[in-house]
Amino acid sequence: MKLTKTLMASTALTVAAVSAHAEDMANSMTLVSWGGAYQKSQVNAYTNPYQEMNEGLEVVWDESSAEAVAKLRAMDEAGNVTWDVVDVVAADALRLCDEGLAMEIDPDEHLAPAPDGTSAEDDFGDLLVGDCFIPQIVYSTTFGYRTDMVPEGAEAPSDICSVFDTETYPGKRSLEKRPINNMEWALLCDGVAKDEVYDVLATEEGQQQALDKLDTIKDDVIWWSAGADTPQLLADGEVFMGSTYNGRLFSVIEEQDQPVAMMWDAQVFDLDGWIIPANLPEDRLARALDFIYFATDTQRLADQAKWISYGPARASSAPLVGQHAELGIDMAPHMPTDPENAKNTFLYNYEFWADYRDDIDAKFQAWLAQ
Amino acid sequence: MSDTTDTGPVLAADGTPLKRSLNRALRRQKLRALGLIAPLLIFVLVTFIAPIADMLFRSVENQIVSNTLPGTVQQLESWDSTSGEAPGEAVYEALYYDMFLASEAKEHTRLGTRLNYEETGVSSLFRSSGRSVDDIGEDYIDALEDLNEVWEDESFWYTLMSGGEDAAKNRGLLEEERDRLASLTSDNFGGNIGFVPGQEISDLLPNTARAYTSFALFTVVADEDVVAEEEPWEAVKIALVQDLKRGVDLSGYSGFGADELRAAQDMLAEQPDIAFKEAFLEMDEDWAATDNWRTIQVYSPPFTTGYFLNAIDMQKGVDGPEARPENQQIYIMLFKRTLFMSLVITGSCILLAYPVAYLLSNLPMRTANLLMILVLLPFWTSLLVRTSAWKVMLQQQGVINDTLVWLGLVDDAGRLIMINNQFGTIVAMTHILLPFMILPMYSVMSTIPPSYVRAARSLGATNWTSFWRVYFPQSVPGIGAGSILVFILAIGYYITPEIVGGTTGTFISNRIAYHISSSLNWGLAAALGSILLAAVLILYWAYDKIVGIDNVKLG
Amino acid sequence: MAESANRDAFVEFERVQKSYDGETLVVKDLNLSMPKGEFLTMLGPSGSGKTTCLMMLAGFETATHGKIMLDGVSINNIPPHKRGIGMVFQNYALFPHMTVAENLSFPLEVRKIGKSDREAKVKRALDMVQMGDFGGRRPAQLSGGQQQRVALARALVFEPELVLMDEPLGALDKQLREHMQFEITNLAHDLGITTVYVTHDQTEALTMSDRVAVFDDGRIQQLAPPDELYESPENSFVAQFIGENNTLEGTIKEINNGLALVELDDGELIDAKPVNVSKPGERTTISIRPERVEVDTAKLGENAHTLKAEVAEFIYMGDVFRTRLKVAGKDDFIIKTRNSADQQRLQPGQQVEIGWLPQDCRALDAV
Repeated sequence: MKLTKTLMASTALTVAAVSAHAEDMANSMTLVSWGGAYQKSQVNAYTNPYQEMNEGLEVVWDESSAEAVAKLRAMDEAGNVTWDVVDVVAADALRLCDEGLAMEIDPDEHLAPAPDGTSAEDDFGDLLVGDCFIPQIVYSTTFGYRTDMVPEGAEAPSDICSVFDTETYPGKRSLEKRPINNMEWALLCDGVAKDEVYDVLATEEGQQQALDKLDTIKDDVIWWSAGADTPQLLADGEVFMGSTYNGRLFSVIEEQDQPVAMMWDAQVFDLDGWIIPANLPEDRLARALDFIYFATDTQRLADQAKWISYGPARASSAPLVGQHAELGIDMAPHMPTDPENAKNTFLYNYEFWADYRDDIDAKFQAWLAQ
Repeated sequence: MSDTTDTGPVLAADGTPLKRSLNRALRRQKLRALGLIAPLLIFVLVTFIAPIADMLFRSVENQIVSNTLPGTVQQLESWDSTSGEAPGEAVYEALYYDMFLASEAKEHTRLGTRLNYEETGVSSLFRSSGRSVDDIGEDYIDALEDLNEVWEDESFWYTLMSGGEDAAKNRGLLEEERDRLASLTSDNFGGNIGFVPGQEISDLLPNTARAYTSFALFTVVADEDVVAEEEPWEAVKIALVQDLKRGVDLSGYSGFGADELRAAQDMLAEQPDIAFKEAFLEMDEDWAATDNWRTIQVYSPPFTTGYFLNAIDMQKGVDGPEARPENQQIYIMLFKRTLFMSLVITGSCILLAYPVAYLLSNLPMRTANLLMILVLLPFWTSLLVRTSAWKVMLQQQGVINDTLVWLGLVDDAGRLIMINNQFGTIVAMTHILLPFMILPMYSVMSTIPPSYVRAARSLGATNWTSFWRVYFPQSVPGIGAGSILVFILAIGYYITPEIVGGTTGTFISNRIAYHISSSLNWGLAAALGSILLAAVLILYWAYDKIVGIDNVKLG
Repeated sequence: MAESANRDAFVEFERVQKSYDGETLVVKDLNLSMPKGEFLTMLGPSGSGKTTCLMMLAGFETATHGKIMLDGVSINNIPPHKRGIGMVFQNYALFPHMTVAENLSFPLEVRKIGKSDREAKVKRALDMVQMGDFGGRRPAQLSGGQQQRVALARALVFEPELVLMDEPLGALDKQLREHMQFEITNLAHDLGITTVYVTHDQTEALTMSDRVAVFDDGRIQQLAPPDELYESPENSFVAQFIGENNTLEGTIKEINNGLALVELDDGELIDAKPVNVSKPGERTTISIRPERVEVDTAKLGENAHTLKAEVAEFIYMGDVFRTRLKVAGKDDFIIKTRNSADQQRLQPGQQVEIGWLPQDCRALDAV
């Protein structure tokens, strides 16, 4: 009775959101996230203050975000969803929504307005991707490089196409072992205009063109599949440059003090946020919604940036971003959304990849394996 | 016992046949034994057999297409996919009703995802169409409602469709629609919904009655509302428009709403037909693409070989199975690579484990135990840690390369590439799986008494001969057991190849994991898994034929 | 090594010592020499060093000190497979993955003997142990006795001059064992091979051997033909170990004309044959075989020694009666009497007089 429950629940949540009484809500909440520094930032910015407000609330963390879609689907098939709030990237949120596994969200009803009264819908703006996704941060996939491995006489790389320029910048590169982002960068550096990239990539020829471009550096690439790979490869001097999430690079540069610098050019913006699994029991749903309302308000999103260099998803949070809680450095210049960093950016096209993911991935993997 | 068989069955003391009383005595014992193993049996069935059965089922199951688009699939049967033309109006009309209901139930995106595995673009096609499908024919609905406000009135509709309290009811239609919705959403649509379509009206307006019945079921069961208090869906009204425009003869109808129906029919007679095809094409021109329709047609049966074809780099073409484009072929190659590398890993495990196991079984107990701890030590370390350690060892700036450079064996520019390729995978996996080879070998070897080799020596055999002709053959069962263990473990490994395999050292399991957790193409993952299972069983069978499975022992 | 003592010695141990741990000697100063064709048994309790000696001879253990000679040549540094010694192991050590014929063929193959020759020899060897029909079987399909025969055949098939047997009959039941004892001795004598046989079963040793070497504590205690060993044990260990034996403790009073006068601990004086006692005042153990003790002392004649005794227990054993008596303050004095028609059965509590001839009573070292 999935549908029944959704609808029952949505009636219930209207009540719950308005008069959120603790006794109607579950005393335990299972949050799913990515582990590591990112999860720590969520604990500090969201769950610690939330638990202070709600005595006796138990928060259980599950570091399963990477497999969230598959696990949630399996849980749903087994009829026993144990998660309450799940942190996923926007693309996964879209898929969960498509699969009917995530609850649809009405931003103005379920999310707090900005302090100046701007509605949540306007405050989040374009970042509300799909019907189920509650944006939290903007992160980017971008490149970092070893400053001590820049060849003598060459300028430090500042152009995305230096990734493909192995003559000027010899050395290994690390790229993610999937077509997303790599195909776009390859086309950009093969002379395709930025606003035509996805049109080109939608054609057989365009896909081949991107693979051909990647082929020119294939022997110099170490392919990564875990976010921690590139930071490790950079730290060990295994690669000259590599793509990863900007927060990972921040920690290599600022926290570990490695001779690594950012190359923000053509960084690909992506979103990460929450979803609430569909068909939760009433008390757990009430708790999840109460938490979401709290954890995605303007101040909380700004607080998260004290702990990790990802940009808050609300426009109203940006001015509130301060200094790193431990390092004491200004976080604004390390945000992917900082104007200085965002001169040339690229926005991940969810619709495109939802359609072409299977097809292009098959070609990409076949190309890789050759 | 020939004398007893001559004289009929042997009788027990009480005169019952001995066989029966023996059986009765044994039955209790058997039941008790069964009771003892029942927990294990249930555990194995639930956790082992059931998932395998589920996997095999998933690899061919494809009911989602016919469950979500039943009318469309039926209409599409007569369409010739080779004609080069999109299907006719009737298909689009059926698609309208199916899509409307599916989008209400939010099942259309799921089907879109499913079909997108076969044909790129279907996913967004379904997603966007689901959003705007209720716009189709809105002019007609407006016209209908402008004509008479009753067409917006929920109780009018309810009375019209139920035919009033005393009217004959069409329960068959209700049950049909119950089943249809149940198979669409996999929820239970049973129970009294406070509505049964009238027999007369459903004969008169079959499409409308059908559409209204699904609406009623959905409203009550899924939305938990009351049918008579809800305005029907656009699809119900469109169905009415279609029924009326088809020239249904209302002259004989005198039931509730007869006048309104006649007025509507007269009004609609002047309007052109609803162009469903045009509407769909306007929504998304991809609805004209024959490839999309062909995919729906090809994948409409409830069971499909599509996943299996996909798993062997083939696809369902116009004239039956055909090879995939070369730039998408990957699985056969991965299967071959997986088998080859598993064999290499098994081989290197044998080579490394044999001397270790031999040493272990011939050392005094104390020393052997100490050595055994060293063998088992890797077991106590997390798999990820072990694999990452190999990374540190083998990478270009790693321990081994540094040592080689320091020794001057390679120069700094020529550091060896030992990781992110097959070599790295083989090294790391051999290390990880080594204990699985050593342990069975050790337990077999420690049962070989030293007197055999002594006997051979006393009979005149040299050290080598007595090892090769006497010791080695007796240790073969240990090699067999270890090899089967290691090979089967290796063939299904994916964490290590993922981390150190690069592009040339990945296994088929990595693709299975990808399809399970990333692409969610569980059908394909199941097909790949089934093939892998079959491959293992075939190899097992071959092993049994060649070496003999009774020649395997774990100790 | 022509200078070594015995010219016709085939197997010779010369001052051989063996230690495993460098602290204790398992074999102490072993000297042994056996002529060709002899059947010699090494008998002793476990841990006495007999198996170690055998293993040194076979080449599986090296002597820590001393020389082992085979046919006049030192074999200390010759590896086992070049010694050409046939060996039968305790558990037969038949190769389980080979058939009986393959097992027998193995020593011939490694000697590079041609196929037809090999088959003939295998057949002859199998026939010799009446196992001709079992060539195609696996060892696991044979009974213990059959395995024993095959093991024997395998040790003999390559016609070694010396065969070693390490408790080969230990795993067989009594009847089969007795039968095999007979077969083995016959075979050994018929083929004229030199045999060293290790056992802890004294009956086996006595019935099979030309000579028996009794081992204890790493030394040969006595090396003698079976009858001599039984009749005239040289020390109390041998006397105790071989056959049943009654002992009485006492002190030597005097030794005269090959007879020792011993004062038993209860004051009784008896005559005994001095074996390894030398002077008066020495403690001694008197040893008398149970079957040499007579109840009907009249049968013994003049110089028999008689003692009073009380019957403690009477045990009926079929062919013999075993009677336990209280003699000279001890209650474990056993006598054996044949179950002949005129033999009386003693009743417990009955007072009797027992006696024996002085030459059957041996004064040995005190235990």
